[in-house]
Amino acid sequence: MTTTAELSATTLLRFATAGSVDDGKSTLVGRLLHDSKSVLTDQLEAVERVSASRGQEGPDLALLTDGLRAEREQGITIDVAYRYFATAKRRFILADTPGHVQYTRNMVTGASTAELTVILVDARNGVVEQTRRHAAIAALLRVPHAVLAVNKMDLVGYEEKVFAAIAEEFTAYATELGVPDVTAIPISALAGDNVVEPSAHMDWYGGPTVLEHLETVPVSHDLAHCHARLPVQYVIRPQTAEHPDYRGYAGQIAAGTFRVGDPVTVLPSGRATKVAGIDVLGKPVDVAYTPQSVTLLLEDDIDISRGDLIVPSKDAPATTQDIEATVCHVADQPLTVGHRVLLKHGTRTVKAIVKDIPSRLTLDDLSLHPHPGQLVANDIGRVKVRTAQALPVDSYADSRRTGSFILIDPSDGTTLTAGMVGESFASPEPVKDDSEDDGWDF
Amino acid sequence: MTTTVAAVSEGTGTPYTLSHLDALESEAVHIFREVAGEFERPVILFSGGKDSIVMLHLALKAFAPAAIPFSLLHVDTGHNFPEVIEYRDRTVAQHNLRLHVASVQDYIDRGVLKERPDGTRNPLQTVPLTEKIQSEKFDAVFGGGRRDEEKARAKERVFSLRDEFSQWDPRRQRPELWQLYNGRHAPGEHVRVFPLSNWTELDVWQYIAREGIELPEIYFAHERDVFQRAGMWLTAGEWGGPKEGETVEKRLIRYRTVGDMSCTGAVDSDAVTLEQVITEIAASRLTERGATRADDKLSEAAMEDRKREGYF
Repeated sequence: MTTTAELSATTLLRFATAGSVDDGKSTLVGRLLHDSKSVLTDQLEAVERVSASRGQEGPDLALLTDGLRAEREQGITIDVAYRYFATAKRRFILADTPGHVQYTRNMVTGASTAELTVILVDARNGVVEQTRRHAAIAALLRVPHAVLAVNKMDLVGYEEKVFAAIAEEFTAYATELGVPDVTAIPISALAGDNVVEPSAHMDWYGGPTVLEHLETVPVSHDLAHCHARLPVQYVIRPQTAEHPDYRGYAGQIAAGTFRVGDPVTVLPSGRATKVAGIDVLGKPVDVAYTPQSVTLLLEDDIDISRGDLIVPSKDAPATTQDIEATVCHVADQPLTVGHRVLLKHGTRTVKAIVKDIPSRLTLDDLSLHPHPGQLVANDIGRVKVRTAQALPVDSYADSRRTGSFILIDPSDGTTLTAGMVGESFASPEPVKDDSEDDGWDF
Repeated sequence: MTTTVAAVSEGTGTPYTLSHLDALESEAVHIFREVAGEFERPVILFSGGKDSIVMLHLALKAFAPAAIPFSLLHVDTGHNFPEVIEYRDRTVAQHNLRLHVASVQDYIDRGVLKERPDGTRNPLQTVPLTEKIQSEKFDAVFGGGRRDEEKARAKERVFSLRDEFSQWDPRRQRPELWQLYNGRHAPGEHVRVFPLSNWTELDVWQYIAREGIELPEIYFAHERDVFQRAGMWLTAGEWGGPKEGETVEKRLIRYRTVGDMSCTGAVDSDAVTLEQVITEIAASRLTERGATRADDKLSEAAMEDRKREGYF
């Protein structure tokens, strides 16, 4: 029996799945939940009841994940669904996202907080446009780890050749885009091969099952090389008899580590001081690190409020009013040049204007379309934004949290666009020969 | 230097990696502080159930050593467990909090709401809740809902916009990227905020054990007069049970959830300590709602329908 202490000592992995119904994504997720014993009897009974009423033979595990009435009626996944399961080794948060091009925004949403993404392909079809799009999203969102699950191996006779060719093609493509770590696994989600249990049909495969890989992939980072960043959320001032002079700057460390004694600078004002103390939820510590929620006490009484960014004095980002970024447009109303918006970066929201949309990017083949004039839902593009106040932005490649922002429509509060500051891909942007580019659609 | 690293890594074996409870705690605290920074009048829905108790505990930690900048709101169905009301009042006094109460009984007495034939009052909570939010001008309402509870909840955002009728439209939700929550809303609209979105039932219990949080006694095994209805053990009482043909018996039970007495079922249990409760839940083959909530058994989309109308 697992003790409370053992259960508490596990780490947390956030991961995302991308793929379509046809690839067997919902079946894979259902299989992971089912075989890791995370589906409970009453949920399984409900699935069996509905499957039987539709005349299906076995329980349709896809029904476990499709939560909205419209999804069940149409047999599709519309929205990001978050799933939770645990093994003795790890707790998992799974962002389950639909795979078709009209749901790119959902995939981007799921990938934004993921440490790993599982991309599904059908072994019979190999790497297709959709696979390339999913790899591009993982690369754009800088998800550190990718798993290629080559599904339906049972339908290709569990042939090693088939798997090896797909794995090689995908790994080459993803590596070119800058995905740092790719693991390919041959599976059959329907039959259960290599999902949780090792397959009895693929002796030639010596690697981990999907679950084994999820349990062991590293989740810690080399924080020593990260820029330390603390966006100030709230100023804590008790003003009580017990704490008459306490003044703490509360926030979640977005990246790196802070230590007592560190010389720090507050942006955008540029005032410098030192860390006098760090409270982690009421407990004083010497060092704190991302993603801890902390309260920093500073040596000097300087003017700091919500929206400011505390950084090490020796490693402060430049502040700028001109931001160039890769964006995913997530709203139904389009984004146009001249659009007046609100930009939320860290804990600061400022007025901004869209100055230019230099290009739109087709993720299926990475073709660039210059000056599209506007971006519509699910479009990926480059934008130039001018902000009303200077912001201390990092490049998204250096810091996912302080290199990202959202654009908000000031009139109705709609979240319009998700932005990543700096270059799109880790490697030089692949340039396609214009003559091959059949993606123009003016 | 090395000693510091060893100290912070205790629990996970890896330097600078949080345990899953620390990671979930940090995320929830971040959510509380975002709301404190961006909203004028936030309120915490507090039922005296374990999830709302954990929410309050997290809020207290998020703003320590200052007081929490929120008040509490209890939607009182009138079918309460006395142990829970006693717990609620004691907690409010202990932390010097302000408590608002929206009373379902009051609406029934005024003839605004009608008692349902089955005696269940859970669906009747929506109107008193919505009107209290409107009259008090609350702009952010913290709920203890978790995405693992039910599959419509699995699709809900952490910041979930509600119109002036408190309605939820699952097709028009704002995508939530990174940790950039969008709390913009028009006058009259409000945002439901779910700091425990990513917690599971087991996480909540492990956290209660780790933090030494006190709970109402009904969460632990005790003898109680109960009767069976729709496969669940309900407490006999003035609210309308048992009916003819339903027999009362004394059983050793505990509650996994706390809600309206008329539709919250008890489970057979001899777990009297937190450790025993955690062991029992880790081994359970039924979900929390499946085991204890009659109202969610009504249809495949029972929760989605109630949420659209403004339920928690």
